[in-house]
Amino acid sequence: MNVMAPFEGIGASVRRKEDLRFLSGRGQYTDDINRPGQLHAFILRSPHAHARITALDTAAAKGMPGVRAVYTGADMAAVGGIPCGWQIHNKDGTPMAEPKHPVLAEGKVRHVGDPVAVVVADTRQHARDAAEAITVSYEVLPSATTMAQAQAPGAPAVHEAVPSNLCYDWHIGEKAAVDAAFAGAAHRVVFETTNNRLVPNAMEPRAAIGDYDATTGEHTLYTTSQNPHVIRLLMGAFVLNIPESKLRVVAPDVGGGFGSKIYHYAEEAIVTWAAHRLGRPVKWTADRTESFMSDAHGRDHVTRAELALDKDGTFLALHVQTQANMGAYLSTFAPCVPTYLYATLLAGVYRTPAIYAEVKAVFTNTVPVDAYRGAGRPEATYLLERLVDVAAKQCGFDRVELRRRNFIATDAFPYQTPVALEYDSGDYFSTLSQALETSGWHGFEARRAEAKARGRLRGIGISTYLEACGIAPSAVVGSLGARAGLYEVGTIRVHPTGSVTVLTGAHSHGQGHETTFAQLVADKLGVPIANVDVVHGDTAKVPFGMGTYGSRSLAVGGSAMDKAMDKIIAKGKKIAAHLMEAAVEDVEFERGTFRVAGTDKTKALAEISLAAYVPHNFPHDELEPGLEETAFYDPKNFTYPGGCHIAEVEIEPETGKVSLVNFTAVDDVGRVINPMIVEGQVQGGVAQGVGQALLEACVYDEGGQLLSASMMDYAMPRADDLAPVSVATHTTLCTHNPLGVKGCGEVGAIGSPPAVINAVVDALRDFGVNHVEMPATPPKIWSIIHGTK
Amino acid sequence: MYDFAYHKPSSVADAVKLLAADPDAKAVSGGHTLIPALKHRLNKPSALVDLSGIAEMKGIRREGNALVIGALTKHEAVATSPEVKAAIPMLAFVAKHIGDTQVRNRGTLGGSVANNDPAADYPAAVLGLGATMHTSKRKIAADDFFLGMFTTALEADELLTAISFPIPEKAGYAKMRNPASRYVMAGAFVSRGPQGVRVAINGAGPCVFRQSAMEAALAANWSADAVAAIRQDADGLNSDIHGSAEYRAHLVSVMAKRAVLAAG
Amino acid sequence: MPQVSLSVNGTAHTVEVEGRTLLVEVLREQLRLTGTHVGCDTSQCGACVVHMDGESVKACTTLAVACEGASVTTIEGLAKPDGTLHPMQEAFREYHALQCGFCTPGMVMSAVDLVQKNPQGLSEAEIREGLEGNLCRCTGYHNIVKAIAAAQDVMHGRRESLAAAAE
Repeated sequence: MNVMAPFEGIGASVRRKEDLRFLSGRGQYTDDINRPGQLHAFILRSPHAHARITALDTAAAKGMPGVRAVYTGADMAAVGGIPCGWQIHNKDGTPMAEPKHPVLAEGKVRHVGDPVAVVVADTRQHARDAAEAITVSYEVLPSATTMAQAQAPGAPAVHEAVPSNLCYDWHIGEKAAVDAAFAGAAHRVVFETTNNRLVPNAMEPRAAIGDYDATTGEHTLYTTSQNPHVIRLLMGAFVLNIPESKLRVVAPDVGGGFGSKIYHYAEEAIVTWAAHRLGRPVKWTADRTESFMSDAHGRDHVTRAELALDKDGTFLALHVQTQANMGAYLSTFAPCVPTYLYATLLAGVYRTPAIYAEVKAVFTNTVPVDAYRGAGRPEATYLLERLVDVAAKQCGFDRVELRRRNFIATDAFPYQTPVALEYDSGDYFSTLSQALETSGWHGFEARRAEAKARGRLRGIGISTYLEACGIAPSAVVGSLGARAGLYEVGTIRVHPTGSVTVLTGAHSHGQGHETTFAQLVADKLGVPIANVDVVHGDTAKVPFGMGTYGSRSLAVGGSAMDKAMDKIIAKGKKIAAHLMEAAVEDVEFERGTFRVAGTDKTKALAEISLAAYVPHNFPHDELEPGLEETAFYDPKNFTYPGGCHIAEVEIEPETGKVSLVNFTAVDDVGRVINPMIVEGQVQGGVAQGVGQALLEACVYDEGGQLLSASMMDYAMPRADDLAPVSVATHTTLCTHNPLGVKGCGEVGAIGSPPAVINAVVDALRDFGVNHVEMPATPPKIWSIIHGTK
Repeated sequence: MYDFAYHKPSSVADAVKLLAADPDAKAVSGGHTLIPALKHRLNKPSALVDLSGIAEMKGIRREGNALVIGALTKHEAVATSPEVKAAIPMLAFVAKHIGDTQVRNRGTLGGSVANNDPAADYPAAVLGLGATMHTSKRKIAADDFFLGMFTTALEADELLTAISFPIPEKAGYAKMRNPASRYVMAGAFVSRGPQGVRVAINGAGPCVFRQSAMEAALAANWSADAVAAIRQDADGLNSDIHGSAEYRAHLVSVMAKRAVLAAG
Repeated sequence: MPQVSLSVNGTAHTVEVEGRTLLVEVLREQLRLTGTHVGCDTSQCGACVVHMDGESVKACTTLAVACEGASVTTIEGLAKPDGTLHPMQEAFREYHALQCGFCTPGMVMSAVDLVQKNPQGLSEAEIREGLEGNLCRCTGYHNIVKAIAAAQDVMHGRRESLAAAAE
């Protein structure tokens, strides 16, 4: 009987390999790991936004039951500060202000949650009990929570070394060209907005275990990280002075990241250092309240933008002035988010010929802010897509036609923007048309009337967006201030009997790499995915890779694998040629079979791999035995996914409650490896975008206390807050990576917030409303409706 | 959490004895309010007296023109009880919409009422129906029971054992939930029956309270329009990152209107 | 130290606990059943949901001492002993209702309880409402709702297998 094997290659919605362990409760997350003799750390954190530590007494705590050690900043004084991975330069060419970020507070605390001391004890409860016996005397200082406060005359300095609280004052684009365009413009449209601060809230709280083997001098850190090699580099080289050969970082199953688990955090250094000092493993696991005040937050921009248009609505120039909140310290990638991941995206999908953006990054007494799903690109997209709607309304253009008029033509690629990027491919007209069609855009007025009859205000909103991801060409980012390269590594290890192990520097924390990466191997090498295992997240197993963020895993990591598979095939052909006594040039390879062209002489991949490892009959003078290849892939350019999102909402006027009733996403993510997973990524991203637009707000009070410090006060989207999301793709291929892929992890979170807010503003069209700040909460909407009545 | 001793008495008398002997002991039933507070170390009881083994505090029974529900009855049991659905369907509705499934599977009527969280649901039903609290010592009318935020007329060694709900002619409840915690931002429980016309407002203020202007309006004219026209004074209402006192005051009218509509 | 005897996934255990020990701590730290997760400290995320005496409860808000004599089922005990997945587990896989997997055990346990309590069948809106006690940050819930809708038909015998339910 001839049974067709199910197709598992590129384009198949293969069910995920990783699911069985997660569904059975056999995933292994960091807190699930317990090392023999393990102790537990509890971190005492600052209750104040800004205070000098005048006295710190740990004697009583040291005497508490089960306590093994209590450490303060003084104990860790010899340890380096937590480094920043990106250096931005000011307009005048000087480098940004980069004050020290101590692992434990040194004399001063700068935000609520700043680590002050650590207790290591036999149990978590013992450690926490003892932490309460530490007496800290604080001289509370005036604090600056908002950027306005931090930049007001006489504002308290978060860092003495930076009296202005200004981290950098940066710009991009041609001011003169913008000024000239504005001078002659028929229309000038001003838009001011705040991009709300968010708390990432991956469901797994951060955790770390330090382990030290005195006999070998090896440190092991188990940590909730999206990029274990980066942590090894940053912590080993800059903080603890441990050579890479003696430091293993393991990021096992990780329960979501969304950016918040990219960065090197103090707790990782603390447990690694303490485990060495104590000769016992030390575990720390955040509780959710700690996550709120120690995980890097996202967004938090205040922006003024002005768009110049000619009388027909053609965009002439864009001037953007943004202030970006850095928080109290520079997190790993923080400085690049409002600059190279934001201002370079301000052309969006439009032909705007002149763009000038100025960005000031400001220190405040708040938790550090860094990349959160989309990172800079959602802020740019939100700004642009709201601005286009505001412009359409102010100047009397149809919002869809205004977009179409300014789209980059489908035949204009590669397209050089005025803000550094060169887009390789895209088709914004098609994604727009498809989304208009799917969403029933043209039949909306009937739905609006029907809703009105029910006493509801219904609105529809659109966003046509683009992002730059597949981060990133090392040479480019290096010239822009990155202190790391952003290539990726892939190893293809073909075992003697033909099964395959893939080693990748990318890290899966929900993305499904164990499946999609196996599909790449199935597609190219013809190995069933059941026989392909993907190894990631362990610096002892995988060559130096850069990890997962910026929708880069497939575009960069997948491309590295593809290159490694090319090397496998090339070597396999040589072995096959030898075995089949043919010329190498005559050997073809397709999905698992080497064939001498034009003959029925074939060798299966497993025969070749066996010959490679049992090299009795082997071209030893040409080749080494074995069949394992590694490739490092450095992309030539970013990738540019884009598309169109359309949201439909209904507002209950009595309460101001906004309900999402419909959402359509048509995205161009390049070639799709697993449609099921792409759809899931878009849906999840849209949920976070809708969360930002309607629910989520990280709020500090005037004194720097975090008011939204738990899920009791920070509104996380629940199942009944969301509506079905229609997801479709329209593909143009990336032109510069071998797979033609662009990335899909962030599109949902980037495209959706302006679509939702545009819909909210549309729903309120009878109330003379130009803008609603995110999140569009019931009281906000209610006061708009009732304030204008 | 700080550690504590744990007792599980099997009678009201034993429970009261334990509570009387130790002023720092606390009673617990479902624990869904107390345990999160203990986890944040906001509370340091010396002992917890777990009431869940006390049979005499459980059960739902009809007594004449009232429904008597044991304090240990779980929300889910009230929500699905045929007796409750037959006698006071709106009380089953209230229970069905408290917290989430897991809260309803553990949380109890007595725990919720004795805790008197301003944003809890049950106090509105208790006050809005004019129920009577049966305690280990006495009977307390709802109007005398809720004294302020997290404060009731219960004494330290006094246990709420059951609540007797007079069966109304009609009753309705509506609430707006806090988008984060899902507790009540503002809610209204309205009823007409043996206790007259009653309107109880929860979520909006520091403690559940009766809205007398609305009661008067409804007594004169039982209609949604009658309450919708009455404006709640914002003075003294809660104000936080989820809504100002003014917004909550507005919601009180909206929820009262909806509650009347629900009551029919 | 107080002792508690309880049955977990059909196996009897007697464990020593403090008064303050939570059920989830017994499961994770003493019994090493780490499938039950802790995602918050305010009883909201539902990553810790297990079944106790047939009902879903949040193991992070349940004192271990209060579990004397209880019968607890965790995600590890949901599949048949031969490894055959419960229809809800199957449906989550079939409909891609999980990504990072952290919320998944609690989500699945809640979903099983929800469906068991509603043999009449649940609409999409009712499923969404029934998931009020569980947070997921990855999926946007859409596929979770679809998975539960499909699983309920199998669990209530209205459909033989998920294969028939999948598109």
